[in-house]
Amino acid sequence: MDVIFEYKQILIEGTLVTISLAVLSLLLSIVLGLIGAFAKLSSSRGVRRAGNIYTLFVRSVPDLVLMMLIFFGGQTLLSQIGGLTGLWDYIEINQFVAGVLTLGFIFGAYMSETFRGAILAIPRGQIEAAMAVGMKPGQIFRIVTWPQMVRFALPSFTNNWLVLVKSTALVSVIGLHDLVWNAFSAGRSTHQLFSFMIAVMVIYLVITGLSDLILRRVDRKYAAGVRKA
Amino acid sequence: MVAALSADKSNVSLSVTDLHKSFGAHEVLKGVSLKACEGDVISLLGSSGSGKSTFLRCINLLETPTSGLITVHGEDIKMSKDRQGASHPTDPRQVERIRARLAMVFQSFNLWSHMTVMDNVIAGPIHVLKQSRAEAIEHAKEVLERVGMYERRDYYPSHISGGQQQRAAIARALAMKPEVMLFDEPTSALDPELVGEVLKVIRSLAEEGRTMVVVTHEMAFARDVSSEVIFLHQGLIEEQGSPAQMFNDPKSNRFKEFLSTTRQ
Repeated sequence: MDVIFEYKQILIEGTLVTISLAVLSLLLSIVLGLIGAFAKLSSSRGVRRAGNIYTLFVRSVPDLVLMMLIFFGGQTLLSQIGGLTGLWDYIEINQFVAGVLTLGFIFGAYMSETFRGAILAIPRGQIEAAMAVGMKPGQIFRIVTWPQMVRFALPSFTNNWLVLVKSTALVSVIGLHDLVWNAFSAGRSTHQLFSFMIAVMVIYLVITGLSDLILRRVDRKYAAGVRKA
Repeated sequence: MVAALSADKSNVSLSVTDLHKSFGAHEVLKGVSLKACEGDVISLLGSSGSGKSTFLRCINLLETPTSGLITVHGEDIKMSKDRQGASHPTDPRQVERIRARLAMVFQSFNLWSHMTVMDNVIAGPIHVLKQSRAEAIEHAKEVLERVGMYERRDYYPSHISGGQQQRAAIARALAMKPEVMLFDEPTSALDPELVGEVLKVIRSLAEEGRTMVVVTHEMAFARDVSSEVIFLHQGLIEEQGSPAQMFNDPKSNRFKEFLSTTRQ
């Protein structure tokens, strides 16, 4: 176990990368999820179709494949655009940025399903009542839809977040020095892979435990007016 | 000319002319007109499927009429047609403005379930009428007392009875200081023993001279309170007139039939 403490700096750094990657991906996925949810509920058939293609695509392609597509494919694409326009020579996509974009894109699709369901769970009459007093669409969203949507979305949102935290480990494949990558290399060089993986497991458990605590608070805050069974 | 027109129209709060509404190929409203002057209480009667609720929902554009003209205090709601020939309001801002002047009370109350009774009442005045919170609360006190719900102001909708919810919803409508109130079967979702408390409130509003259009199945209410009764059948006005004339001396067979079935 001593070896873990010797390498604690590298584990802490990795943990910070993992957490910031997860949080930024989550923020992106919320934005994409809201756009996706409203696209799927749009009255325009074209917009609805675009939303459905997005989720179908993400659900049918493995996360790892998408990540490599965005990281390596994006690199090639950017270089070619640079070569064609002569604006830049060579651009390297940062692994962290690629990770945030990929995870945000993937989980945006899951979030859009979550949010769509949550919006549909709000009785239509409450939206009509807001329209009937003359609220604008933005006000209806802010005052009536959002606060109730959060409550309905929370269980599935929590699930998405926990899966997202674990999925950050995938980013070590494209060479991002996250918790898993750092622990793996430290474990290999010290021939103590098992101890390091135990440490990684404990750290993930702590992150999960903390998120559970925070999300419970959010749930309490948005449970106003819900009759307790 | 203008003066003559406006003098003539001055006390018309709401007028609807030749309203049509189709859902797909099915024509629900086949040209219905209505004129409500200040202080009028118009009851809309009809069996289910006659289009009365759809008609009421078209007035504040919760449903988009296929054609027809709606005028609120002399202001026409501007409508236009898109390339497919579907009708829609030209100016969403105008619709929002007009909706704020026509309050609606729904069959299933539709209170916002995450807000207390007080928050439900002040939301419209604060966000739409741009009143200050203090001002909105002060006026809310008045309207909540009016419907006998001030003591329950801190309750959430799920913790009060249907009758109380509907009275809170009426207070929410009153808080907008509406020019016309639209009631869409306000007592139909209530348990029989709760109907009375809600009807009493609506009755007292009618008596203080509020302009209202009420879709209802309460014959006694229609007979005693309204200034005009309209009977709709299959999307058309089958018969209309004063309650005395309609109830004592119905002309059309369909309305006679309707009265006999509802009196049982």
